[in-house]
Amino acid sequence: MVGPLSNIHEYLWLILAFPLAGVVLNGIIALVAERPLLLPADDHGHDDHGHGGHGDEHGAHHETPGYRKLVAFIAPAMIFAAFVVALLSVIQLAQMPAESRTVVQTLFTWIQSGGLSVSVALQLDPLSSVMILVVTGVGFLIHVYSVGYMSHEPAFARFFFYLNLFMFSMLTLVLGSSYLLMFVGWEGVGLCSYLLIGFWYEKDSASTAGKKAFVVNRVGDFGFLLAMFLVFWNFGTLNYTDVMARIPALQHSGILTAGLATAITLLMFVGATGKSAQIPLYIWLPDAMEGPTPVSALIHAATMVTAGVYMVARSNALFMLAPFTMGTVAVIGAATAIFAASMGICQKDIKRVLAYSTVSQLGYMFLACGVGAFTAGVFHLMTHAFFKALLFLGSGSVIHAMSGEQDMMKMGSLRKHTPITFYTMFIGTLAIAGIPGLAGFFSKDEILWKAYSSSHGSPVLWAVAAVAAGTTAFYMFRLIFLTFFGASRIDKEVEKHVHESPFSMTIPLMVLAVLSICGGWIGVPAALGGLNHFEKWLEPIFEGGHKAAAVATEALSHGATAAVHGAAAHHDPMEFILMGASVAVALFGIAIAYYLYMVRPEKPAKIAEANPNLYRLVYNKYFVDELYEWLIIRRIVNGSVWLWQMFDVQFIDAMVNGVAKTVRSAGDETRKIQTGVVGNYAFSILLGAVFIVGYLIWR
Amino acid sequence: MMEPSAYLILSGILFAIGAVGVVARKNALIILMSVELMLNGVNVAFVAVGSYLGDPTGGIFAFMVMTVAAAEAAVGLSILIAIYRLKETIDITELSVLKW
Repeated sequence: MVGPLSNIHEYLWLILAFPLAGVVLNGIIALVAERPLLLPADDHGHDDHGHGGHGDEHGAHHETPGYRKLVAFIAPAMIFAAFVVALLSVIQLAQMPAESRTVVQTLFTWIQSGGLSVSVALQLDPLSSVMILVVTGVGFLIHVYSVGYMSHEPAFARFFFYLNLFMFSMLTLVLGSSYLLMFVGWEGVGLCSYLLIGFWYEKDSASTAGKKAFVVNRVGDFGFLLAMFLVFWNFGTLNYTDVMARIPALQHSGILTAGLATAITLLMFVGATGKSAQIPLYIWLPDAMEGPTPVSALIHAATMVTAGVYMVARSNALFMLAPFTMGTVAVIGAATAIFAASMGICQKDIKRVLAYSTVSQLGYMFLACGVGAFTAGVFHLMTHAFFKALLFLGSGSVIHAMSGEQDMMKMGSLRKHTPITFYTMFIGTLAIAGIPGLAGFFSKDEILWKAYSSSHGSPVLWAVAAVAAGTTAFYMFRLIFLTFFGASRIDKEVEKHVHESPFSMTIPLMVLAVLSICGGWIGVPAALGGLNHFEKWLEPIFEGGHKAAAVATEALSHGATAAVHGAAAHHDPMEFILMGASVAVALFGIAIAYYLYMVRPEKPAKIAEANPNLYRLVYNKYFVDELYEWLIIRRIVNGSVWLWQMFDVQFIDAMVNGVAKTVRSAGDETRKIQTGVVGNYAFSILLGAVFIVGYLIWR
Repeated sequence: MMEPSAYLILSGILFAIGAVGVVARKNALIILMSVELMLNGVNVAFVAVGSYLGDPTGGIFAFMVMTVAAAEAAVGLSILIAIYRLKETIDITELSVLKW
């Protein structure tokens, strides 16, 4: 390349600058043009929340105000520009030799205080390159989709203001070169998540869900923050490259013991469970579906919730030193995968099914990280971003067609009305179910294989994950059958308006469908004759972890703990057997779904009737929310009430009021000096004068 | 030139009488007059010391004080007349509305 693009890595900052420009422009437009919406409502037509607005599609067409057209151009264009810069940067990165594929661009010094020096710097390496491509690529498609989906929304500019702010924060999270910058992005995306879940804030459930997400995430952030303190305390730096470089030295000097590594990584994982919705902090994600559907697709499926996986992968060298944490991550991941999948079975709301599915798939990613297969985790992160964004956007298109109806029991036979949505969603479902050839198959299968074969893995983890895969196939096909097949259960009034979505919504669906098919081909495992480019690409990142772990085991003279990918080098016939088994499990799940929802549609209700307690338990999500409510929230509320009534009112308020009362009564007494009689004042003056003169004379 | 001590004693006596008048009397007119007495007590001291030192500054100051005292008396008396018209009294113990 020639000219100004000869070193695109000097322009890395543009990836952040474009979304930031979008934030500023859309923010100004939102403040100026949508100001009436911010004022107390009189009749701004917001009575019919969000989706409800779709109903008037066939009514009178109002002319689109100019500012909305401007916003509809700026917001996606900025993300597209960021995507182009990201793509060019990654292409140039790929042309560099594999060992030197880490580019750090320092922008400016942010904090300089004692031993702590934090500069705002961006780091492009194979791991962050995967993340920025997924974030900007999928993000751009979702922005385009949102232009169509939100076209009836009064607060159009505010929506894109938040969405661009999210993109900026997310890119800060993945491009930052230190844990502190990651934390900045981490908090930024948390804020945007809160703002967008509660986007329709007049609706009580939406604002409550936003608060819930924010508070639950705060619990996790606390862990991340403590982990950061520990890292800085022991390593003296927060930059990824410096931390990784200092690991061997600290290992030799005995500072970095397995105990310290376990403490740091466990605390980091607490942060990850909050952001990535793992047990025990997953409860906010299903409620987050109160937000607009593109938000669910972008933030709560494709990008933000994978931040925890990114953090674990980024810190792989530390995690590899802490076998206990690895075990915890793997067990929590597997447990979340199966637990959330089972909750998805009985849900009636189309978006909630997908929400539990997301929790479950994130569990897979953590399972992969926990058994040391970070590559597989990041690979699944990428393919999941494609097919889950597709599924969410598809569900949004269904909801759009149904004039805001989200209950699958009131859908059916939509295949005829919305063919594009159907075919694309069907592809996404095949991908998530793990049908061979599609993206989900390769990534999920790699995770399953590593769960079995890795030195950290075990057959039990494999079995749990395989059952979860079968459950996933079942509930996803249940969703497809209930929504698109069978007899129509659609409300008569709604049925008149059922229509396919506009091109701005269907084109992103089609692009994502193609990605859901092809996205896995870059990571075809060697056992299937593939080259597994993806694993080679990420190898430099995860090498350090394996080396560090090898040093640790050597020091403990534990003998041979085989390197994780050592087992994969020769083709184990077991790999094919397990592959076949997982496909069989998926097909079995699909078959059950077909039998229950196509052949004998009356059966599910009967099964539910036959096991009322079990059904109630699963339908109510195992009463986990209620358990938390009873176990934690009520304690906190009671404690707060006690603090308020006893401590605050009786101690703090009493103290403040006591001071005021004392001053007041003192004033009440002393003000009586002011008699109003001039003679008294004159006498005071005289007395004062005598004292002063007396002092001057006898001093 | 004689010693100024006799003049200064006279000055002190005049000032003290005036001060006692200001503090002890209730009639506002008397209080004004007592203030004049105090000022003139000071004037005596100015003139005496000025002539003892052969310095005209003391005399000049005495004239200054007289001018100010004349102005003060004019303003004070007119305020008293205004108060009398309003309240029909110039007893300061009864003119005590400006209190707590």
